[in-house]
Amino acid sequence: MLRVRVIPCLDVANGRVVKGTRFVDLTDEGDPPTLAERYAVEGADEIVFLDIDAAPDGRGTLLEVVERTARRAFVPLTVGGGVRSVTEMHDVLRAGADKVSFNTAAVRDPGLVRRCARRFGSQAVVVAIDARRRAGPDDPTGGWEVVVKGGRDATGLDALAWAEGAVAAGAGELLVTSIDRDGTGAGYDTPLLRAITDRVHVPVIASGGASGPEDFVAAVRDGGASAVLAASIFHRHRHSIADVKAVMAAAGIPVRLAIGTAR
Amino acid sequence: MTRIAVVDYGAGNLVSIEQALSAAGAEVVLAHRADSFADADALVVPGVGAAGPAMARLRRRGLEAPIRAWIAAGRPFLGICLGLQLLFEGSDEDGAVTLGVLPGRTVRLSDAPRLPHIGWNQVERQRVHPLFAGIEEDADFYFVHSYAAAPGPGADGVILAQTTHGGRFVSAIARASLAGVQFHPERSGRDGLRLLANFVGLAQAAGAASDRTHVPVLAR
Repeated sequence: MLRVRVIPCLDVANGRVVKGTRFVDLTDEGDPPTLAERYAVEGADEIVFLDIDAAPDGRGTLLEVVERTARRAFVPLTVGGGVRSVTEMHDVLRAGADKVSFNTAAVRDPGLVRRCARRFGSQAVVVAIDARRRAGPDDPTGGWEVVVKGGRDATGLDALAWAEGAVAAGAGELLVTSIDRDGTGAGYDTPLLRAITDRVHVPVIASGGASGPEDFVAAVRDGGASAVLAASIFHRHRHSIADVKAVMAAAGIPVRLAIGTAR
Repeated sequence: MTRIAVVDYGAGNLVSIEQALSAAGAEVVLAHRADSFADADALVVPGVGAAGPAMARLRRRGLEAPIRAWIAAGRPFLGICLGLQLLFEGSDEDGAVTLGVLPGRTVRLSDAPRLPHIGWNQVERQRVHPLFAGIEEDADFYFVHSYAAAPGPGADGVILAQTTHGGRFVSAIARASLAGVQFHPERSGRDGLRLLANFVGLAQAAGAASDRTHVPVLAR
């Protein structure tokens, strides 16, 4: 049976892992390859690596860090942040990424998703959707709007319609982040996840708001997520990946408990 | 040292496969042309994505006939993901005509709850094979795909393992020195590295042996 994935996310700026509350108050959390290897050993099912600085002159640094990370962590690596063309995606894959995640660039040009999926296959194309509740952070009745640039810019796009559009364009997976919940520790936005997982047939990765293992359980059980992503709770050693998976397994969710041989 | 040639035809992430085979004790060469793998001990064809563009790239580089000849001669071969699917006659994904080494086609996964099939899943072995030596029966491996090979009549006994995602599909094949896996051993942690080390060991043993079992390859 297919396991539900637990995915640590590394937010990277200037070649270092950082964490703040969504792009502000960034603190240094370490060297990406070192953290990625630690997580792989601890049982990470995949690593997501988001280049949050994405400065044009930082591309060389990013590719070098991706390659060093891919050489040390023998689990899949998804890289996102600032990829705007088929050529740039090719460069990131050549550096050692297995999948590339598109956010703002996909909203601006869904044709980019189509071109990349045709060239590299849908399984390598992830569309990241940052969504915010229209009626207010605690009220799902107005639906969700797509925002970009870490929540600073509203697009007017309906998040559920965009989820369907992104899949139609060729996305093989969606990474859905609740901007209302991100950095708050209030738990994943499970109504948002459920609304999206009911509409699309590709795997959906839940993101934004985890503070404990029970949040991971809710994202899967209530939200229908195929994978669950978190950053700071792992970086700060508040919970280990093994702790989270043990709680998920106890709740009846299929997870990969053993890294090596014995289960 | 055992020399493993990895066919480089622009099919994505080669860093991981190169690093994993090196960690398994092999000397790895990236082969862009047929003459760069002629003296290797084993050939690996990796790959992700659709069959059509991949075959177009292999043909443009003059690699199709040399790969078929390599397999027919009974030399060690490992196809990974798309590299396994290409061994069959064609793909339902885009109608591509593929290498045609083995009878059968690549078909879309049936009854899958979600596609692509992305993540770690069990590989249910149908028989004992040295490729899986030292790996627990219920070990998980990493998959990322929507299609899988469906061996046809005449490919009896080629199936080595199956995996369940909705329906069951073929996740590993082997016949003499020819092997293929639908999952990504280079991304499957310690068990994946063990499988690649097993393949390197098989390649080394084949290099030392004086006779080869030729693999029957479908005629063109």
